[in-house]
Amino acid sequence: MQLGFIEEDGFQMEYVLTFGPSELACQLLVGLSRSMLLFIVTAGLSLVLGVLRVPNIAHGSLYMIGAFTAFTVSTVVGGAGGFWLSLIVAPLAVALVGLVAERILFCHLYEREHLMLLLFTFALMLILGDLVKIIWGAEYRSVTTASLLQGSFMIFGLPFPRYNLFLLIMGPLVAVALWLFVSKTKIGRISRAAAVDREMVGVLGINVSWVFATAFVIGCLLAGLGGALIAPTVSITLGMDHTIIIEAFLIVTIGGLGNMWGALIGSLIFGITHSFGVMFWPQFAIVFPYVAVVIVLLLRPRGMLKSVW
Amino acid sequence: MFRGIIDLKSLWLIGAIFIILLILPPIIPRFYTYILTLIFVTALLAMSLNLCVGYGGMFQFHHGVFYGVGAYTVALMLTKTSLPVWVGFIAGPIVAAAVGLLIGWFCVRLTRLYFGMLQISLGSLIWAIAFRWYTLTGGDDGIHGIPMPSLLSSLNSSYYFILIILVICLIVLYLIVKSPFGRTLQAIRDNPERCEAVGVNVRRHQLITIVIATFFAGIAGVLFVVLEHSVFPDLMFWVLSLEAFIMCLLGGWFTFAGPVLGAAIMISLRTFVGIYTEYWTLILGIVLILLIFFLPEGVMGYFLEKFKPRAKEVVERSSELNVAG
Repeated sequence: MQLGFIEEDGFQMEYVLTFGPSELACQLLVGLSRSMLLFIVTAGLSLVLGVLRVPNIAHGSLYMIGAFTAFTVSTVVGGAGGFWLSLIVAPLAVALVGLVAERILFCHLYEREHLMLLLFTFALMLILGDLVKIIWGAEYRSVTTASLLQGSFMIFGLPFPRYNLFLLIMGPLVAVALWLFVSKTKIGRISRAAAVDREMVGVLGINVSWVFATAFVIGCLLAGLGGALIAPTVSITLGMDHTIIIEAFLIVTIGGLGNMWGALIGSLIFGITHSFGVMFWPQFAIVFPYVAVVIVLLLRPRGMLKSVW
Repeated sequence: MFRGIIDLKSLWLIGAIFIILLILPPIIPRFYTYILTLIFVTALLAMSLNLCVGYGGMFQFHHGVFYGVGAYTVALMLTKTSLPVWVGFIAGPIVAAAVGLLIGWFCVRLTRLYFGMLQISLGSLIWAIAFRWYTLTGGDDGIHGIPMPSLLSSLNSSYYFILIILVICLIVLYLIVKSPFGRTLQAIRDNPERCEAVGVNVRRHQLITIVIATFFAGIAGVLFVVLEHSVFPDLMFWVLSLEAFIMCLLGGWFTFAGPVLGAAIMISLRTFVGIYTEYWTLILGIVLILLIFFLPEGVMGYFLEKFKPRAKEVVERSSELNVAG
């Protein structure tokens, strides 16, 4: 068996170079675990798009803040506890940033046209990006996971990183939690209704403003969680917001704008095509997901699932 | 030639600005000449984008790709082949327009945000190829030290060259906007369904607009190479495309000269704030947010509204446009 090494937007991993059934299966699992990470980030973006109708370019910056916070927490606390704590603290810290931004800035702008919101969130991305630079500096950072998740185990006769297995568990957990939130809680149901017809929800006498705030904060929570989860697998650096946000937007578009399950399908398409791209043509691996997006958009111009837009 | 197309007062103003720009380089320091030239190049990019965005109502989200394609074409032709320089200069815009035709052909099938997203994915594809194809494009390093003819080797001579090309392009763009084609395009922007009903081929008009706009973006790309003597994949990255988009919104995308103003504001902010602090994007972000809250029609739109009551209807129309339709 031959092993190759590649660094993809800082996503470092060893890849198998010979193709057999077990290599394909293993690569599929790697792709799935990457999809789960993408899903956690894009589900947040999709929620904000669906409920608030805000194309939030700053979502990537929130994800970056999550990763940097995870770095700080895990360095200060140290050890296994530091890593587990970072998974809790980073999303909460990002949610706090989101809450402040929502209450001070976003809530005045919901009635504006979408292009202005795009411009506004772009401005926010610039501001948050520089704030991260001020707080954490421009150096590369890295996070060590708990020793439980280090190393790899054998599957199909090939080594598979334990951390990727952890991601494969976290993704469905987040999906179930989100599903419970939007379909079982009152506020989740209202936010779904607001996604379909916000005026009607307002007419019914429900205060839409706090529904929006909750949805936005949950979106930020997911961005922060995604950042904290990716932190151990990449070198954390400025500019990681630029890479993720474009992927996230393409994913929500091919999934169906504002549709959470669409975000899941989009993430799977994106993650798996990328992972097989790495296997078959590492140099141009990043091209594969874009080709997949183009094909999906040409076949289904409004995305795979029903869009709320 | 311009009778009925432009009024005398604006013509005097534009002529005065042009003459001032002509006599500036020997007077001002080299650094300012460079900044002015950079503004010219970026302004042409923003103007070409505004043909799609402001006049066509299309969500041309990845316009930077065509700028990059133009720049890469001329860079590759000057470094890898021994063809005369002017062939490269002509090939840049033509290749950019060809890529624009190809991408646009797919994009015009979709509308609004989906149009933009398809363009971003197609554009990112080209970016990824330029970013990874080390043997041809130099990968993430790009190509540096592109040889230029001696005529364009000094900054002052490239300043005049770029200024003259910019003026020619602006005149052509203005004539396009005021032509029957431009009027039809604006009608499509305001009401595509109605235009379709009266027999206008909406998609073909949009495609032609994209090709024209990408041609001018290609010219801007060539001018960038003339100024910087180098290319790098960031020219095709979506951040630059979005910046160009922001220039249109910032300057006022329902006005002809708005994008020029937007480009000037953006480049000056970056340069002059960048002198005092490395955190210039923070300042840019704050300025943008203040503009959104207080000048939603863009800087040019604001002044037009203030000084010309006629422009008000233009501004009102801008609020009718929505993203997803």
